[in-house]
Amino acid sequence: MKAAIVQFPGSNRDRDMFAALETISGQPAHKVWHTDTELPNCDLIILPGGFSHGDYLRSGAIAARAPVMRAVATAAAQGVRVLGVCNGFQILTEAGLLPGSLMRNAGLTFVCREVMLEVANPQNPFTCGYTQGEIIRCPVAHHDGNYFAAPKTLAKIESNNQVAFRYANGTNPNGSVNDIAGVFNKQGNVLGMMPHPENLIEAAHGGTDGRRLFEAALDMLESTAA
Amino acid sequence: MADKKFHVKVTVTLKNGVLDPQGKAIEGALGSLGFDGVGSVRQGKVFDVNLNAASKKAAQEVVSDMCEKLLANTVIENYAVEVNG
Repeated sequence: MKAAIVQFPGSNRDRDMFAALETISGQPAHKVWHTDTELPNCDLIILPGGFSHGDYLRSGAIAARAPVMRAVATAAAQGVRVLGVCNGFQILTEAGLLPGSLMRNAGLTFVCREVMLEVANPQNPFTCGYTQGEIIRCPVAHHDGNYFAAPKTLAKIESNNQVAFRYANGTNPNGSVNDIAGVFNKQGNVLGMMPHPENLIEAAHGGTDGRRLFEAALDMLESTAA
Repeated sequence: MADKKFHVKVTVTLKNGVLDPQGKAIEGALGSLGFDGVGSVRQGKVFDVNLNAASKKAAQEVVSDMCEKLLANTVIENYAVEVNG
């Protein structure tokens, strides 16, 4: 499995993502610049966190219209796995690859803390390393993470089991509707989430709960389950 | 026919039912400044776009297209286009 990390002006979690993928898979990920019009041959595309284009207009809005996003949309339509974390999630919603939108945090302040996540749907290539209802730890760091979807859209997301993770144990840090922390697209090959699993990969990070997400996305689970 | 210059004002507001924490904060601040009778406050954005177009109708159309594609996120926002000049 080969992964590619898309870098935008203002991405700042791209190196964390690169380190996480190399630590887990032993292979360096491709790096793709936002002006590129083609993606390298890969099985997993990652949009990392940060403040692309300074969050101008709306978080992720300008990046979502970058040339590379046409290639990402084409790959996603072909079934290639796409993961957007934090700003990457905002970019995927702005690009229309995921439903809903990420608004200013309900408390208006930037939140940087650890939250608890409940695995809402482990029947998916990204989350199959977890069990239904499992509670994992994950850090968040964002200003615009308040997930919103219109009632009709929300009902569809829920009935299609498109919620991947929910904030658990009263740790919703931003007012997200239905405590939604991460959603899949309808086909299940695109995942966006506000928390940062790439920051819980090694024991030195204080935990390894994020590791299984990448192992699953890279089809490496058999080798680690033993 | 030569294009004419138009000034277009775009107002982007949050749709009804979309939570607006910033509007709420502004509402609270107005109250603490002693402004009585403020029912509610919703905040939004204004864009001033100067452009050349063949007609007023063409200007209206192209700026509406800009709103659909970039200026507004129609999942959460409404927009209004006002063409002058």
